[in-house]
Amino acid sequence: MDDGAVLRLDHVVKRFGGLVAVNDVTFDVKKGEVFALIGPNGAGKTTLFNGVTGLLPPTSGSVIFEGREIAGTKPHEVAKLGIARTFQNIRLFEYMSAVENILVGEHCRMNAKLWDSIFKTPRERREEAAVHERAMELLKFVGIDRWANSYARNLPYGGQRRLEIARALATKPRLLLLDEPAAGFTPQEKVELMRLVGKILESGVTVFLIEHDMKVVMGISKRIVVLDHGEMIAQGTPDEVRSNPRVIEAYLGKQH
Amino acid sequence: MNWLRKAWSTDPRRDRDAMVYIVLLMFAVLFPLFANVISGGSPSFWLSFMADGGVYMLLALGLNVVVGFAGLLDLGYAAFFAIGAYTYAFLASNHLEVTPLHTSLHLPFWIVLFVALFVAACFGVILGAPTLRLRGDYLAIVTLGFGEIVPRVFKNAAVWTSGVNGISALDTPQLPFWIQGPWSGDSFAFVTNLKIFDPFGYYVIMCLLLVLAIIIVRNLQNSRMGRAWAAIREDEVAAAAMGVNTVQAKLLAFAIGASVSGFAGTFYGAKLSLVSPENFTFVVSITVLVMVVLGGMGNIPGVLSGSLLLYWITFWLLPGLPDTATNVANAFGLTGLTHTSGDFPGIGEYISRLKFLVFGLILVVVMLVRPEGLVPSRERQQELKKGTHEDTIIEDVQAEVG
Repeated sequence: MDDGAVLRLDHVVKRFGGLVAVNDVTFDVKKGEVFALIGPNGAGKTTLFNGVTGLLPPTSGSVIFEGREIAGTKPHEVAKLGIARTFQNIRLFEYMSAVENILVGEHCRMNAKLWDSIFKTPRERREEAAVHERAMELLKFVGIDRWANSYARNLPYGGQRRLEIARALATKPRLLLLDEPAAGFTPQEKVELMRLVGKILESGVTVFLIEHDMKVVMGISKRIVVLDHGEMIAQGTPDEVRSNPRVIEAYLGKQH
Repeated sequence: MNWLRKAWSTDPRRDRDAMVYIVLLMFAVLFPLFANVISGGSPSFWLSFMADGGVYMLLALGLNVVVGFAGLLDLGYAAFFAIGAYTYAFLASNHLEVTPLHTSLHLPFWIVLFVALFVAACFGVILGAPTLRLRGDYLAIVTLGFGEIVPRVFKNAAVWTSGVNGISALDTPQLPFWIQGPWSGDSFAFVTNLKIFDPFGYYVIMCLLLVLAIIIVRNLQNSRMGRAWAAIREDEVAAAAMGVNTVQAKLLAFAIGASVSGFAGTFYGAKLSLVSPENFTFVVSITVLVMVVLGGMGNIPGVLSGSLLLYWITFWLLPGLPDTATNVANAFGLTGLTHTSGDFPGIGEYISRLKFLVFGLILVVVMLVRPEGLVPSRERQQELKKGTHEDTIIEDVQAEVG
């Protein structure tokens, strides 16, 4: 796959019994871009994310990551392959400190075997020191290093969202899926978030996000896909999507 | 010596765990001397009593990995204890001669210790595998079933285990070689295959096993795997999405927990020189679980002190209550109370019937006073404050400075 697609969804369908949550969706996410997925509530956006990350594998169709079929792959293997995600309703490890949350993210990039851990071998100690250092760097990167030793649940709301992004980055992903990262943010926080997404992009990670806030979506994404009732109704640049009559209809209803 | 100075200068209010470790260590070292003094030179009973207590501490330590670290409620933990004990019984006695094998092995205690560890770990995985998709109450029911099945198998597979009679006359642990001298009350001599009959020997072995188990479990807690367990306990879906192989981590928790109880089982069998299905009932599982919860789930020093306290209550305080009551009655001149009269069976017998009521009351009171356990982990303490301290309190002192 040399056309620059990091992630390719090909005729992806997800059914829950009789309900078709995602119906025949096909699109590419290209390397080095910010790609946005928008749509009204219940359109199937998060279901699509769950399909990509293996939490709820798609019923049919294929998900291709860097030229490799990953539909049906276990979540932890998907993470290891290089796809990380955040959750719409924050899912941090609440009673672990911010640093520990990030260390869990590093889990799949660590080599210490059980034996090393039991006997605290020099190799294990070195690795622990290295990942602790990297965890602190990541906390600085997202700007919450002053809460490093606080419990995740005690962080302010914005801090928790940032911590989730840092934890996802700790898995060293090449594709980062953000599920409504700006939900509940103040305008100021939204601007900071957009800056952070820019920084993540610069570090070489492709960003694929779900977002409701049009300002954020239009501001940072290069291409947009619009879902409505599980169907893909539009795809294109922000300007194209904005003027698409079907999109306007889905969001605002038909004009009578 | 540096670590000693560090441990000494630690402010107990800041590092309670270190303090508990030091107290436990000093207790372990000083107990034989203390027992010698209070028993007037024949401390055997006390040393034997504490060595048995160590079995429960080991069990609690192992169960803590499953319940405290990984958050998997296990109600059938005694099964692994039984498996460890029976492993020793099979491998270190004449018993196999009366089974269809007609030949017996006499492996040394020290080797069986690790064989039992391995066997129990395998059964941990076997039990873990079907429960992987279950959590909380549902998992508890399945493990409860396993805990009931294992002793029953040992009871009913009489051809192999001689059923309810159990297996007796197990080998006494031996040291391969030993130098005798005044320290053991003998003249100088180099002996081989020294049999350990002395309760002090068992006490020392138990202390060594405990230290070994504590180090291993502690190292695991502060490692990659310990964090994976904590992550699974907090949010399994998020843990999987962050690249934690939840299947592997849960099976490993079961295996590590089981292997510690394999240790305990081997020691128990060797010391008692007898194993019987009656020794591994549901009551054992529940007692160990209560030790873990009451001591402070997920926190090793808490679990150790909890198991020690509960062991003392169930095996010393409660059995001694009737005698104590009789003595008190006599001391106050109420000798009439100590005899049977009509429906009243005498105060000693009366109190002994109330034993479990007292036990229940103690548990209720402790859990009301310290719901998070005697020496709780930081997270457990926080969790229980959840209702009262909502929102965004920054617990860390450094955070406010930074």
